[in-house]
Amino acid sequence: MHAFAYARPATLAEALTLLEKHGPDARLLAGGTDLIVGLRQGAIRPAILIDLKRVAELRNVIDEVDGRIAISATAVMAEIENDDRVGRHFPALVEAAHVVGSVQIRNRATLAGNICNGSPAADTAPPLLVYGAVVVVAGLKGTRRVPIDDFIVGSHQVALERGELVTAIELPLPDRRLGAAYLRLTRRHGTDLASITLCCAVDEAGTTRLAYGSVGPRALLFIDESGVLADPGAPAEAKEAILERVFAEARPSPRSIRASPEYRRAMLRVLGARALRSAIERLAGG
Amino acid sequence: MVDTLPIAVTVNGRRRTLEVAVHHTLLDVLRDQLGLTGTKECCVVGECGACTVLVDGRAVNSCLVLAVEADGAEVTTVEGLATDGRLSLLQNAFLEKGAAQCGFCIPGQLMAAQALLAQNPHPTLTDVHEGLAGNLCRCAGYQQITEAVMAAAEAAVR
Repeated sequence: MHAFAYARPATLAEALTLLEKHGPDARLLAGGTDLIVGLRQGAIRPAILIDLKRVAELRNVIDEVDGRIAISATAVMAEIENDDRVGRHFPALVEAAHVVGSVQIRNRATLAGNICNGSPAADTAPPLLVYGAVVVVAGLKGTRRVPIDDFIVGSHQVALERGELVTAIELPLPDRRLGAAYLRLTRRHGTDLASITLCCAVDEAGTTRLAYGSVGPRALLFIDESGVLADPGAPAEAKEAILERVFAEARPSPRSIRASPEYRRAMLRVLGARALRSAIERLAGG
Repeated sequence: MVDTLPIAVTVNGRRRTLEVAVHHTLLDVLRDQLGLTGTKECCVVGECGACTVLVDGRAVNSCLVLAVEADGAEVTTVEGLATDGRLSLLQNAFLEKGAAQCGFCIPGQLMAAQALLAQNPHPTLTDVHEGLAGNLCRCAGYQQITEAVMAAAEAAVR
């Protein structure tokens, strides 16, 4: 690994000042599970790493405030998996956090890092889209809140300006009863990157939210308010027709080593139908 | 110029003060500065688990942690499992079940299993498979490794 400088700011103001000063020569370090791989492979060559783990404002890892759960930028997947409030309100996010890497990875990898790294295969992107997460972005000029659907831009691209960092990801507590499920397709059991990531939620008013990723530059969200997808009694053909339109936006890479475009498209339909069934059952089961 | 920083870590119960290069990983420092070569270097991208150690009781890939990030932490390596020259129950179970073939992955397997059993003393077979999913064994000795972890859990109950 090439030599770089290392800073460990104690406050958010210090971190932002460093980030402003070094601009693109700086990289933020939270869990490091993607960053250190990139450093070792020489894919990135920052002059300085800014470690966020000792920033006082980021240490309150998971908090419930004003009708939302705020997950700080330093919260790791294992903490999200084990948090009762997240589990109660956002079970599909827990399902996604639980399949990121291995135990070792989940003890280090952060939710904010998973999103900021911008991998199209990020497991947590579909559930965050489905649950309407909001990304809290801080800069020296102040804080702004960006809906996750606007924050994720493309493959390894997110809506962060120079000098900005993510302090938290917020999840609004659902005002309706939801049933939700997260599914992924991998080549093997155990640790693997997903060839498809997919999350589906239905609510008691008949709205279905479905997001899928790893089949194009970014994870995509669809909202069906016709009530057809969420209706347990609707004919399968009617649901398939809607899902067909939803999945028509998939742009699987022909160069992927994980799965061919044909296989991904075929399996999207299978996973979509399966996740929808599961979400409907969970809503009915309370 | 290489930046260095002083860190204080407790490794296997012993407090150490070290000057480390900021771009060196915890794995580098354990092996090259402290001579604790039980922790293995292998894939160095967090996929094989051979470098697994405990940091504040949690299993991590030491190839993906900078040594400076471990400042103030308690680190346990495979060398810290035995006490007074006596192997731990888990280590003995690995021996009895013949879990080590070439042995290269075993320090990592042991540390992952140690973390699993500390959190979940009565794991199911599925729990063991999941808990050790981040540890690859090129000899494919998974069956014996799993048996050893289950046997250690049972022996601890007796």
